Amino acid sequence: MVVFSLLLYAAIKFRQRKHDDNNDFEPPQIYGSNQIELAWTVVPVIIVLVLFVSAAQVIHRVQDARRPKRTIEVTAVGHQYWWEYQYTQFGFVTSNELHIPVSDPPNSTPTFIGLQSADVDHSFWVPRLAGKTDLIPNHPNSMWIDPQNPGIYLGQCAQFCGVQHAKMLLRVYVDRQADFDRWVHEQQQDGVSDPSVADGAGLFTDKGCFVCHTIRGTAAQGQIGPDLTHIMSRDTLGAGLVPITRENLRRWIRDPGVFKPGSLMPAQDLTDQELDKITAYLLTLR
Amino acid sequence: MASESIALSTHRSPLATIYEWLATVDHKRIGLMYIAYGLLFLAVMGTMAMLMRIQLARPNAAFLSPEVFNRLFTMHGTTGVFFVAMPILFGFGNYLIPLMIGSRDMAFPRLNSFGLWMTVVGGVLLYASLFAGEGFWKAGTAPDVGWFAYAPLTETAFSSGHSTDFWTLSLLLSGFGSIATGINFIATILCMRCPGMKLSRMPLLAWMFLVVGGLILVTISPLTAAQFMLMIDRYLGGHFFDTQAGGSAILWIHFFWIFGHPEVYILILPAFAFTSEIIPVFSRKTIFGYAAMVAATVSIGFISLGVWAHHMFTVGMPSYGNAFFVFTTMAIAVPTGIKIFNWLATMWGGKIRFTVPMLFCVAFLFQFLVAGLTGVMLAAAPFNWQLGSSYFVVAHFHYVIVGAILFAIFAAFYYWFPKMTGRLLNETLGKWHFWLFVIGFHLTFDFMHIPGLLGMPRRIYTYEAGRGWEIWNLIVLVGAVFQAAAILLFVYNLIYSYFRGAPAGNDPWDAWTLEWSTNSPPPEYNFATIPAVRSRRPLWDIKHPEDPDWKYE
Repeated sequence: MVVFSLLLYAAIKFRQRKHDDNNDFEPPQIYGSNQIELAWTVVPVIIVLVLFVSAAQVIHRVQDARRPKRTIEVTAVGHQYWWEYQYTQFGFVTSNELHIPVSDPPNSTPTFIGLQSADVDHSFWVPRLAGKTDLIPNHPNSMWIDPQNPGIYLGQCAQFCGVQHAKMLLRVYVDRQADFDRWVHEQQQDGVSDPSVADGAGLFTDKGCFVCHTIRGTAAQGQIGPDLTHIMSRDTLGAGLVPITRENLRRWIRDPGVFKPGSLMPAQDLTDQELDKITAYLLTLR
Repeated sequence: MASESIALSTHRSPLATIYEWLATVDHKRIGLMYIAYGLLFLAVMGTMAMLMRIQLARPNAAFLSPEVFNRLFTMHGTTGVFFVAMPILFGFGNYLIPLMIGSRDMAFPRLNSFGLWMTVVGGVLLYASLFAGEGFWKAGTAPDVGWFAYAPLTETAFSSGHSTDFWTLSLLLSGFGSIATGINFIATILCMRCPGMKLSRMPLLAWMFLVVGGLILVTISPLTAAQFMLMIDRYLGGHFFDTQAGGSAILWIHFFWIFGHPEVYILILPAFAFTSEIIPVFSRKTIFGYAAMVAATVSIGFISLGVWAHHMFTVGMPSYGNAFFVFTTMAIAVPTGIKIFNWLATMWGGKIRFTVPMLFCVAFLFQFLVAGLTGVMLAAAPFNWQLGSSYFVVAHFHYVIVGAILFAIFAAFYYWFPKMTGRLLNETLGKWHFWLFVIGFHLTFDFMHIPGLLGMPRRIYTYEAGRGWEIWNLIVLVGAVFQAAAILLFVYNLIYSYFRGAPAGNDPWDAWTLEWSTNSPPPEYNFATIPAVRSRRPLWDIKHPEDPDWKYE
């Protein structure tokens, strides 16, 4: 502000006026002043030192924070173009929607997220929870969040990772402790096995879905795509793209390119009936 | 009969003229070709920007597919840095340095030509990618990995086909051209100054380009090395950056930014050079604090080699690593600030003439200041963790590249066009250009900071409704339209004034450096006799024999 006002002042006060009768004379030529140069070197140096020290303190507080005794540990693995979450503490894997408990200041339970990548560089950015940290293959990173208000927090991948970088969305659910415990318990169960959709379950194997996807408790142990064991416990499909409804699920399976052209899941060559059955099966996986 | 000898040289066949220009080693013609080349790509780059802004003006728009969008931003960035900014700035440098130091040409004229044509070949190769593959309307197989092409996205596993190779090879070739130019700048400025022009008497423009030359040599080399390593990975079974085989993605990031940061100082120092020459002339005062300006320039050159990891704060370096780069990045703000204060002090107490070049310089001062402020904000790593890779960063660097560098380039055009062509650019059209561009620039880039603050990352081809980003993206588009109109006016001014502009004479601005002592345009040999100088402003000494500079320096 100071410099700008000085600039404006100089521009106005020292402009050449048309009616000036001494336009033939040049103004006094000032070559410089060592004292002034010193002054406007020293002051910025002091400002820089102050800013640097405060930044360094925050860096230290964030990056070198001591881990309290009770933490939630999740490993986030970035994929083109979805998020895998490994809750090794609790013994399950899920995808795309991260649930963590709210943290009460007196007994804080921050969540430490290990960050890895299965392919290219990604970045985990949920602005209202924390600054971003990159997920870089062969270079595990770590970040922590200490959310004190329950709710849903939105974000998305912040490092260009390929054609559908824009649609690699993040949804972080900060749950009250009781809700979080219940969610964990549900996720720990194997996939629901409902005899009325046995046809669909069979097609899941016959049509090769198991090659990429895991449904715990069945023969499907694929590691390439998201874990579907509890797909219906999630709100959205395709890494935060559309709500999970029967219609969206069906359209996605037939051709993910309808929602996310360039997604690594290929369109499926299925008849309408097969599509209905597989969708019906997936709809039971709460 | 004397007129006949001149007439003889104008009656050449078009083919002969073309050959003359292609084969020239005259620094002025090479400079003009660099500038024309850069202007052509400025139009292309601006069109790409317009297309992207149209796509982003509304949420979930389907104007461009993600593939085309990703190619557009990659090409926009690569073109802008390597085939717009560098050619235009090097072009002005090539044109002006010999004239301002009283020399007949650059130290190595043929190397100069080599540098130009390598740059041209690089640009042509990059754009050849548009016409390969699926063809022009889908942007062919243009590279789509971002202008910094982070590995391992660029490895064959994730980038099949040849789109990445167009990027790698075109930059490799134009990099050799840049190195040639860097060598030429250094050799010319150190060895070819006219009698009496000690280093402490040469124009600040020469100092700036001297540091630029040094930076080019130090900074292009890591990029070239990285390009070779990437090619080895892609075609010769290497694994430098191939993380699936134990390679390192971080290695690429370090190599790229060790190049990338000094590169932006290569871009800004010539802009400083222009403003350091233009502001004194239109304030009617000598530059305040010449020695401090030189010291600041050299410091900026050195410190710029040690700040690169401020592009990497989110990559996961340890805390002391991050802190070190916070310190160096903030430190570079000190010499930069000193320069702003010195330009301001030059204006202070002067008699400011608001010609079009001066208007662009005043806007430069304000905008560069703001860009520096957002830069210092981003230098604070914790702040960067939120705002890095977001539209806040995009707004910041465009504020520097457009708001400072491009404005300084426009100032340079209006100031030196009369010397290059013998005709003045039209002042009225120039003022329209200036005001339209200022309005457009601020509409676009001021408001672009806001989506960044609201969480919008960069390089996304679309976004959902309801994030609060829509209105800002729309305003950005409106600003782009103003800028496009301004540029069209500018191009029209260039063409119109070339044929019908008012004759300029040798010294239309009543300036003080050596280029204004010779004809407009200068003859091929630049000066009838090589001048000898006694001070930093030889023409001031001639015009003010009662009060010459050498009495005070």
